[in-house]
Amino acid sequence: MKRWIPLILFAVLVGFFAKGLFLNPREVPSPFIGKPAPAFSLPVVGSTEQTFSPDDMKGKVWLLNVWAPWCVSCRQEHPLLMSLAKERSVTIVGLNWKDRDREAAQLLAQHGNPYVAVPDDLSGKTGIDYGVTGTPETYVIDREGVIRMKHVGPITPEVWAKKFEPKLKELGA
Amino acid sequence: MIPELGHFAIIIALLLAITQAALPLVGAQRGNLTLMAVARPAAQGQFVFLLIAYACLAYSFLVNDFTVENVARNSFSQLPEIYRFTATWGSHEGSLLLWVVMLGFWTTAVSVFSRHLPDDMVARVLGIMGLISIGFIAFLLLTSNPFDRLIPPPPDGRDMNPLLQDWGMIIHPPMLYMGYVGFAVAFAFAIAALLSGRLDAAWARWSRPWTTVAWAFLTLGIVLGSWWAYRELGWGGWWFWDPTENASFMPWLAGTALIHSLAVTEKRGAFKAWTVLLALITFSLSLLGTFLVRSGVLSSVHAFATDPARGAFILGFLAVVIGGSLILYAWRAPKMVTGGAFSWFSREAMLLANNVILLAAMGAVLLGTLYPLLMDALGLGKISVGPPYFNAVFVPLMAPALFLLGVGPLARWKGDSLPDMVTRLKWALAVAVITGFALPLTLEGFNPWATLGFTLAIWIALSVLIGFRERLRHGTRLSSLPRAFWGMQLAHFGLAWGILGMTLVANYEQERDVRMNVGEHTTLAGYTFTFRGTTEHDGPNYRAARGTVEVSRDGKLLYTLRPEKRIYNASGMPMTEAAVRYSLTSDIYVALGEPLDDEANAWAVRVFHKPFINWMWFGAVFMIVGGFLAASDRRYRIAVKKVEAPVRAAAQGA
Repeated sequence: MKRWIPLILFAVLVGFFAKGLFLNPREVPSPFIGKPAPAFSLPVVGSTEQTFSPDDMKGKVWLLNVWAPWCVSCRQEHPLLMSLAKERSVTIVGLNWKDRDREAAQLLAQHGNPYVAVPDDLSGKTGIDYGVTGTPETYVIDREGVIRMKHVGPITPEVWAKKFEPKLKELGA
Repeated sequence: MIPELGHFAIIIALLLAITQAALPLVGAQRGNLTLMAVARPAAQGQFVFLLIAYACLAYSFLVNDFTVENVARNSFSQLPEIYRFTATWGSHEGSLLLWVVMLGFWTTAVSVFSRHLPDDMVARVLGIMGLISIGFIAFLLLTSNPFDRLIPPPPDGRDMNPLLQDWGMIIHPPMLYMGYVGFAVAFAFAIAALLSGRLDAAWARWSRPWTTVAWAFLTLGIVLGSWWAYRELGWGGWWFWDPTENASFMPWLAGTALIHSLAVTEKRGAFKAWTVLLALITFSLSLLGTFLVRSGVLSSVHAFATDPARGAFILGFLAVVIGGSLILYAWRAPKMVTGGAFSWFSREAMLLANNVILLAAMGAVLLGTLYPLLMDALGLGKISVGPPYFNAVFVPLMAPALFLLGVGPLARWKGDSLPDMVTRLKWALAVAVITGFALPLTLEGFNPWATLGFTLAIWIALSVLIGFRERLRHGTRLSSLPRAFWGMQLAHFGLAWGILGMTLVANYEQERDVRMNVGEHTTLAGYTFTFRGTTEHDGPNYRAARGTVEVSRDGKLLYTLRPEKRIYNASGMPMTEAAVRYSLTSDIYVALGEPLDDEANAWAVRVFHKPFINWMWFGAVFMIVGGFLAASDRRYRIAVKKVEAPVRAAAQGA
């Protein structure tokens, strides 16, 4: 029996690896899911007196997309966000994160603006409240202002169809 | 045209690998010398075509042929020529091609340096290596063709990962792969022995030099990787227990156990089953390392290529190769009779204890590396395992092994007397312990970890000296000591030196993270660092802010360091290029952090004082030289000739 031990151990390992191939090690569950979206009030890009607060969105299912003009992979998801905005299927708010060079307004004018509002988180403090680890990140927030889902990394059409659409449907958006 | 030629060459290499595997293995089983004779030319031909493929890939990189997807993704027109060449293995596809080229190299080496081995052994060994080659070439062709075209081509390439644009990375991957793949030879010898049922001292003697050389290359590869991380990642660390590092460290631990176990099997005929199992485990861990790095099951700071389809292929391959060899092992194990009884206090017993500890340490590293994956697969949540776990488990596990390392080489085979050994070693032990306690007290006060490290390092070094003295007592001259002895002692001494360096740098390094304006200074370890601002500087494929930091001591300017913060043109990736002043006793290491935005001239600057860190690398160099020296011992060549004659006669008679 002893001589079969290495083989048995290895078989168990292979089982785990096979399972592991279908898991995403980069996806970290956010402790904020199921919790109310942290409150903030930030000035809006392109305006001097307007501010934005999550309270403004009460009663709506909406996406909080954390992005930055210096972020390369944010540009990757930009066309998809544009087409979503065009279809008016969902409301997207774009949190402009640590835009030290003040490029957001110009960039949005140039490439199109998929957002209903672009709160300006220059210091990055709001991002920290939300547990942002990098851009882009997207939060799904329900009618009661509770975070229901978080996606790290650019939204691809595949991610949208597999992850976002079912969730939005469930929330009745 | 050239890329298609390369693609075609890989296909021919695959066909030759199939020939090299199929005919000789069948021939060896049936005793057909004609079929067995196919092994050598097929192996050498395969290597030639792999080299042609590699040359085609290198050519595509050198001429910036961006119609090749691999080139477009991993190179850039402004990339300096030497990096355009190293970019061939900077990508997933290219590094796999390098893997099979290395395998071809080792196979060819075996085919050339095996004139004294029985024909059926050579046929089996080369056949097994052909089987491995089939798997990897198929993987290359089916999932990772390095010559895939990209039409229309992009105007320019996406550039090589800037982290890899360092000269440590020029030689690190080939050396590491030489080690990884080299263990395939030990594996093939073990499988061949299992197949033929001839597990004897001769088998161990044939495997030994190959295994030792592979081990030396792997050591070199790991050290270069560590040295690269130290210089290039800008954190001043040299080992992070990252999954990629662990992937290379696990075969190293198992390989270290293997070379010692092989010694026992060769000299005493003991531990046969254990040695075979270690040979299988060592190469399995090399394959596992490839799987872990290439499949994306674990996240890592340097997971350069990840793709589940590729992962599924490697996993299937892994299951066949490792699973198959373990089945063969379980089936044949009862036939392995272990000879040579030994007492509990003998060199065999010490080596066995060391083996068990090394393997336990490997298991601890494996568990820590896979733990996040296991938890995730069981739905128990996402966790990560970091250096605190590894340091807490690995260091205490290795301490007894290092203690035994001081005794083992001095103990006699079969059995030795404990009181006698105590007499031989009491002074060494006393000196090691006293120095171990005294040294930290003269530095910064009592420190148990420093005491442990110093004691073990001095203990091993003294044991090496005693080993020489005892050998020389009977009128033997230094020059007449066999190379195997020199190799072992050099490697052990190198380990002692390395431990000393590690202990010193881990316990006495200092660092400071400061915000510095132009003209401001900070002090660390008696040195004064004055920041003189940054200037713009254009590299071949990047723009850099180059800082000027003057280092002085007691008011006297010693030298100026120029750390850089680079932005690479094609990828826009920022990179920290630390400036290091190396010396025998300490490194001064300065890295630029971020520019602090409120005032244009202020930067976050990190300064480190790394005492004796270079001793680690020197120690490793001794280990590597020791490995090569031991492998070149005359004994292997002479001894092989002695056993050859009767075996060949027997084979021809059959």
